[in-house]
Amino acid sequence: MADPTTEQIEKVITDSLISFGANAEDINRDAELAALDIDSLDLAELSQIIEEHFGVELTSADVAEITTVGDAIDLVAERA
Amino acid sequence: MTEVVVTGIGAITPLGLGAATLHERWAAGVCGIENGEGRCREFVATDHLSVKEARRADRFTQLALVASIEALADAGWGAELPYEASRIGSMIGTGIGGIGTIETNDLAMFEHGPKHVSPLAVPLMMGNAAAAAVSMRHGLRGPSFGTVSACSSGADAIGTAMRAIKYGDALAIVTGGAEAALTPLSRAAFGALDALSVSGISRPFDARRDGFVMGEGAGVLVLENGDAAQARGARVLAVLRGYGATADAHHVTAPHPTGEGAAAAITRALEDAQVEPTDIVYVNAHGTSTPLNDRAETIALKTALGEHVRTIPVSSTKSAIGHLLGAGGAVEAVATILALRAAVIPPTLGWAQRDPDLDLDYVPDRARPLDLSEGQRPIAISNSFGFGGHNAVLCLEAR
Repeated sequence: MADPTTEQIEKVITDSLISFGANAEDINRDAELAALDIDSLDLAELSQIIEEHFGVELTSADVAEITTVGDAIDLVAERA
Repeated sequence: MTEVVVTGIGAITPLGLGAATLHERWAAGVCGIENGEGRCREFVATDHLSVKEARRADRFTQLALVASIEALADAGWGAELPYEASRIGSMIGTGIGGIGTIETNDLAMFEHGPKHVSPLAVPLMMGNAAAAAVSMRHGLRGPSFGTVSACSSGADAIGTAMRAIKYGDALAIVTGGAEAALTPLSRAAFGALDALSVSGISRPFDARRDGFVMGEGAGVLVLENGDAAQARGARVLAVLRGYGATADAHHVTAPHPTGEGAAAAITRALEDAQVEPTDIVYVNAHGTSTPLNDRAETIALKTALGEHVRTIPVSSTKSAIGHLLGAGGAVEAVATILALRAAVIPPTLGWAQRDPDLDLDYVPDRARPLDLSEGQRPIAISNSFGFGGHNAVLCLEAR
């Protein structure tokens, strides 16, 4: 599989956050996940979705480093 | 000892949204069963819950949450709880719990591997999920747990909650039962037991009854310490006067043929309520429409209530909504309260052919007014019996 583009990663993450209940208009690179009401259970789901789409396995230690939406996108882009 | 009073009720059933809808439609002779199942067709979780709340809850928990929102509003609980949060509990029974979640994740695991099992699987499937969700939604920090006794679960939750209030563990408890087991595995499993109606018709106590019709839903009651409720000026719907619970210790699925355990539970509920059999003006029967239950329950009613039972109207909510398993006892407690308050006894729908051995007044055809004679009070019992031989009976008096 060719490396995913940042746009592809951003789309998967954004769609996931919306499905978790976050408001679409509040989601941008600088938005903090906590402010979007995204908690540890959501992040566990997000890790699963990311692995499924991009083959990137995120550990709980990796996930603990993520604060903003941009952090998540960058981390996946770096590992993919 | 202080009374325990019901100050709010809520129900989501195959007859529609809301407790009042349940009573009005049942009393009007409407049947919520379609294609052999009692589904809550009018229920859409996200009409009442946020996306996050809805996806963090199995359907049985969603049903409990929405019924609890109705019950708290009905009790006049606003944005602020009427008592300190640690003095308010949440006890919600379920027969099976999140079986839909189990099935979906089981399928995902077998088709795609263990990594495809959702992190939400455990919090959604666990049998205490509804009690936990109700506690979190409303910020209740008193005793909180689920009760599991098959089709007695809802009644056992309510009875246990009453005891906890009487003992002083809480000033109020949001309690009831919830079930959402209209799933492929559950259908197949109950079908394999030969428990489900082949005709798809729920007609309790009728000679042609051939098994139960499965339904889903939730019933929730707000119970309060009577003195505390009075002090806050609460409107009281009913007094939960008594609770009796026994076990058959006989067979895992069949009731005791002469209903000994059921009769003992009725007697205990009456003793607890400090009423005599002659004080009972209505019986909301367990009435499942299975050949064995309806026979054993009829015998149990005769044993516990004596000759007086022949003058009491006995009707089954399951004729209108099917068997809601662990939610049944709670939804039926709600239906009993509303029947007593309206002085309207809803009928056992579909009853037309007498079984020679089942000779009580099952309120056929249509609802009838509850006429109380001089000195009579609106006191009823609601029966619930479950696989495993669990018997739970509630005694309620309308206010």
